[in-house]
Amino acid sequence: MVPLLRVEKVNKAFGANHVLRDVSLDVHAGQVQCVIGPSGSGKSTLLRCVNRLEVPDSGHVYLDGQPMGFRWKGDALREMTSSQLAAQRRQMGMVFQGFHLFPHRRVIENVIEGPVVVGGVDRATARERAMELLSKVGLADKAEAYPDSLSGGQQQRVAIARSLAMRPKLMLFDEPTSALDPELVGDVLAVMRDLADEGMTMVVVTHEMGFARDVADHVVFMDGGCVVEAGPPGHIFGAPEHERTRSFLARVL
Amino acid sequence: MTIAGSPADQAAQGGGFRSAEGARKVPLRHPWWWVGGALLILVIGMFVQLLVTNKNMDWSTVLRFLFDGEILKGLLRTLELTVLAMVIGLALGILLAVMRLSANPLFRAVSWLWLWFFRGVPPLVQMVFWFNLATLLPKLKLGIPYGPVLASWDTNTVISAFTAAILGLSLTESAYAAEMIRAGIQAVSKGQTEAALSIGMSRFQVMRRVVLPQALRIVVPPIGNDLISMLKFTSLVSVLATPDLLYSAQMIYSRNYKTIPLLLVATIWYLVLTTLLTVAQQQVEKRLKTTHHRSGAMKNVKRLRFLPSFGKA
Repeated sequence: MVPLLRVEKVNKAFGANHVLRDVSLDVHAGQVQCVIGPSGSGKSTLLRCVNRLEVPDSGHVYLDGQPMGFRWKGDALREMTSSQLAAQRRQMGMVFQGFHLFPHRRVIENVIEGPVVVGGVDRATARERAMELLSKVGLADKAEAYPDSLSGGQQQRVAIARSLAMRPKLMLFDEPTSALDPELVGDVLAVMRDLADEGMTMVVVTHEMGFARDVADHVVFMDGGCVVEAGPPGHIFGAPEHERTRSFLARVL
Repeated sequence: MTIAGSPADQAAQGGGFRSAEGARKVPLRHPWWWVGGALLILVIGMFVQLLVTNKNMDWSTVLRFLFDGEILKGLLRTLELTVLAMVIGLALGILLAVMRLSANPLFRAVSWLWLWFFRGVPPLVQMVFWFNLATLLPKLKLGIPYGPVLASWDTNTVISAFTAAILGLSLTESAYAAEMIRAGIQAVSKGQTEAALSIGMSRFQVMRRVVLPQALRIVVPPIGNDLISMLKFTSLVSVLATPDLLYSAQMIYSRNYKTIPLLLVATIWYLVLTTLLTVAQQQVEKRLKTTHHRSGAMKNVKRLRFLPSFGKA
């Protein structure tokens, strides 16, 4: 079966700093994969390479078997135009550590921005669907508010709704709860749990080990830019094979 | 405060500590404020006396010409020049700022060159130069480069004094606006661009819908300053015999020799306009501040609609 997302020997360096070294992983439709590991291990860069906010130095990312950022032209890979890449990118949603809601637009406008501007959906239909999504994340009453009047947790849930509005095949979460006050983390994780239960394919970079253990189908442990160990959560948390995994878990659990 | 029983309280009762509670407070005196103030009032008084008593001021003439038809037409022309030059300057400025930040080195170079030139050449020199363009290019032609000419105009009919004035003012403004808008664009966090890209926007959409609307809000205060400068810079067009506020006043005093009163008329109108603009600018800035403030955000947003907003949501 062709995986929904395949990362194949991706390398990325910023100057002398080699952040990703031959990272490979497969994500199948409906799977929830959590990427864990110490700070600076390359987890976020990996996600950003997946939707090509960062361009890998070598290696490829495939979505539905199609290489990200390229088109097959005979035997050659031809680099995509910015709008072709945009069309490919919108098939995956991304949720950022810092939310990045559009501060000059209301909550509802944030959510319909993608469908209306990118997807060409008419405003009324987009609004209706946006309200459904906002109810789903528990923020229907905040539709007309501006982002800066919301708490961090609320902003992050709006950001999730904004991504979902594009009906992505895959959701990427880049440490979605790391910038939140501890008491707000639960609401965001609950929304993510619901999404997982509905069968959304998700790749989640996280420090929330409880979430990884309970929700993930597959856990990837990264350190020093490499995938050290990957497997079902029971295996990674219960019987890690590598010393680095064991010492990391000993520090965070 | 209930610190009774604390060690300090016990010390006070024992006489080792003097409580300041209830004591009379003597504020700090500032005798030199009074001296300085008196001196200033004296100088101001002498100045007012000069204004009122000097016969050459001729206030009755000032009053007679303040609402004169020619003056009011000149005033309108000044406003027209200000608005047109500002609008063209800002539009070009946005384009130049985006080019300056482009990944294409040629765009960056052209933008840099433009800024270097139009910031370096005084607007007055430019105006005179544009006005005399016909001596350099007698005809303006539209056609395929090195190919057939599709249309052609006499330069002197295209470049009137008014067009020359607009060119000089707006091109200078474009260079200054470009630098401000560039700073504004760079002040919008990179996360905004990434979030917009992640929902599938193209680079152009990101710029138009997400980055520029935020960048322009940031540069509203400096643009307001520029608008006020522009209003005053329009007086330069009097050298091209364009009948703006100043030139209208000059025309009248060249007939009746009431130089000072008519310059006063122009001065009064310039001050009225800059005062109005300053008040408007302060209001806009106040609203911008409150919208960035959490609690005030909801109340003030509706009134913000008139601010630059590219593409409504």
